[in-house]
Amino acid sequence: MNAFIFMLPAAIFLALAGLAAFGWAMKAGQFDDPKGAAFRILDDTDRPD
Amino acid sequence: MIASASAVSACPSGLSPPSASRIAQDPVAFVTHKNGLKALDLVVKGASCGGCLSKIEAGVNKLSGITVARLNLSTGRLRVEWSGDLKPRAIVEAVANLGYGVTAFDPGKTDVEGAKAERRLLTALTVAGVGAAAVMFMSEPLWFGSDLPDEARNVLRWLSAAVALPVTFVSGRPFFSSAISSVRRRRLNMDVPVSLAVLLALALSLYETVVGGRHAFFDAAVMLLFFLLIGRVLDARLRRRAYAAANELASLQTATATLLDANGRAEAIRASDIRPGDLLLVAAGERLAVDAEVISGESEADLRLVTGEVEPAAIHAGKTLYAGAINLSAPIRVRALAAANDSLMADIARLLEAGEQKKSSYRRLADKAAELYVPQVHATAALGFVGWLAFGASPAQAAYIAVTVLIITCPCALALAAPLVQVVAAGRLFREGIYLSSGDALERLAAVDHVVLDKTGTLTLGEPLLRTESESERGVIDQAAMLARASHHPFSRALAKAAGPGPIAANVHETPGKGVSGIIDGRRARLGSAAFAGVPPGGGTELWFTLEGAEPAVFHFDDAIRPDASETVASLKSMGMDVELLSGDGEQRVSRAADAAGVARWKSGVTPLDKALHISTLEAAGKRVLMVGDGLNDAGALAGAHASIAPGGAVDVSRLASDCVFSGDSLRAITHIVATARTARARMRENFAFAALYNVVVIPVALAGWVTPLIAAIAMSASSAVVTLNALRLAAPGKRDKGVVR
Repeated sequence: MNAFIFMLPAAIFLALAGLAAFGWAMKAGQFDDPKGAAFRILDDTDRPD
Repeated sequence: MIASASAVSACPSGLSPPSASRIAQDPVAFVTHKNGLKALDLVVKGASCGGCLSKIEAGVNKLSGITVARLNLSTGRLRVEWSGDLKPRAIVEAVANLGYGVTAFDPGKTDVEGAKAERRLLTALTVAGVGAAAVMFMSEPLWFGSDLPDEARNVLRWLSAAVALPVTFVSGRPFFSSAISSVRRRRLNMDVPVSLAVLLALALSLYETVVGGRHAFFDAAVMLLFFLLIGRVLDARLRRRAYAAANELASLQTATATLLDANGRAEAIRASDIRPGDLLLVAAGERLAVDAEVISGESEADLRLVTGEVEPAAIHAGKTLYAGAINLSAPIRVRALAAANDSLMADIARLLEAGEQKKSSYRRLADKAAELYVPQVHATAALGFVGWLAFGASPAQAAYIAVTVLIITCPCALALAAPLVQVVAAGRLFREGIYLSSGDALERLAAVDHVVLDKTGTLTLGEPLLRTESESERGVIDQAAMLARASHHPFSRALAKAAGPGPIAANVHETPGKGVSGIIDGRRARLGSAAFAGVPPGGGTELWFTLEGAEPAVFHFDDAIRPDASETVASLKSMGMDVELLSGDGEQRVSRAADAAGVARWKSGVTPLDKALHISTLEAAGKRVLMVGDGLNDAGALAGAHASIAPGGAVDVSRLASDCVFSGDSLRAITHIVATARTARARMRENFAFAALYNVVVIPVALAGWVTPLIAAIAMSASSAVVTLNALRLAAPGKRDKGVVR
């Protein structure tokens, strides 16, 4: 019974955190260009040279 | 997608030489202004890898004043923002010079509403998913922990309620609002029982939690929403994808027009900005975006998309031209009679409206099932309540049983039965380049028993083809092609196509409506009508070629029939359908096309109104007509028919009036679509039968009062899974389907 007091809020918090993270990712356009993002990480034209 | 299908196959980032890139129009009309910055959206074709990405972005960034140049590799869209007076044309040229196809893109034509709706549904689904996981996680000890102290049960129930209530509030909204509006219209749809089951399950569970009863159904309520939202999201995504595919062509056809102001200065504007009364200059080869009256100039118009006639019509001052006509030989000045959106023959606009009304009154299979299901299940629940009261149960117990009947007969399987099949079938067609406009299009396509085909552009490719060429004629064709290459006339183009690439004659001069003249090897040559070439007049569909010191040669043209037309007609007949040909073209060509395709019944010289009338006569006689057509003159018939299909090259109006658009040159798509629709209808019926059977089994169990939350959870997910799996059988054609389909 005592375990509930810690475990349930923790579980609910984790679930809400995941939901918030998903919401942020949708809003921030993380899913707008999955194909381009895969290449952009390899692109090093922003080197200061 | 259309974009990727027609994209350059080899990647032009350096490995393969750039294909000849064409810059269609000056993109200046599509520049948007915001906070002193200018912005332009372009569609880039052929970009496929990281090399392309950095090459294009770097290439554009080199231009002066660029602040943003970002290419979305997934959609092929390039967003450019800049300040200063850089010419938009320079941006397009910079990309084109790198070897990529590039077109201006009109973001106003994208489906913003659909994207928003899908996003809302996706959020609802995520909330329901996380909520269902959380409630399940707390329900598990309630189902299996028989040694759980009552105190712990209570805490778990209250926590479940704390999750389930807000989740229902957020995720249930699409169902509740649809249910309310359906009740207002006095027509029950599936969302009414869904909403009722969810809300009653929550109310019952809350009551049980407060009084410390035995069972709470929070998990069932949230899970029900989760399952149903999966179907909704898939449906919305499919619809948006189909819409995007059908409209991609429209977005890319960023038609511009040349506006002449009072001083005779020319300015490029968007076709959508044309106002009635504007004076426009239409170049040779340009397609008219609005209905217009010719002010000056002599030329010929290609009316294949407007009336279905292959033979070009003469243009002279005072003639009225409809949107979709192509000016062929010489520039003309016209006065716009209507804006681009209103440019429709009045008859056709009226027919489209009538067709839309007819289609919106179509009752879907799912609605019919709901109308059968809802009263029966609700009556059973009410009977259960009254019956148990009569047998001496307490009102709370009787209510519990009534509510469990509603929960366990949850319309889950019933509500998923049709949309899942539609999503899977449409997805399969989509991969084959066939786009459906709506889910119920499949149901209507499955029911057709009579096919009416259009000729020009549907049964035929819509372009003239040089009739059989013998070896001896080869030299003459090559010579004539030297003149033909300089002309936009459809016959000239057919001739040039038959000859292949080659040189153009010297001193070429085109006389509108008559022919082309020029000098070949120092000898005068003429290509055109009999009168123009100076020979006695013959039939209409021929082209004469004369060369100084040589015999005159004549070329005949056929309306090139699609290679698999007769095969398609035969298989449509074998599927039990009557096939008919209706065309606005002349008798000779229609009868020749009908013979070639094996269509016994045909009619030529049919007006748009007659086409639509013919369809409604057939429908009145109890036929379910499938109309296949592409021209403006088919739009009314397409809208009025029980179901309709348009090839990808159809005019916008006809594409939008159709239930289905197929890309590619193969007519076999028609039989494939009908066969797939029939298979889909069979799956839907199986699903409805299964859902009915399921209810027959579980209702007695629920009426007996044996349903616990665990049983409800298992029964609901199992029935949804069966329906889903049955729908998925469509995704990969099985042995039996293969025989029917291809």
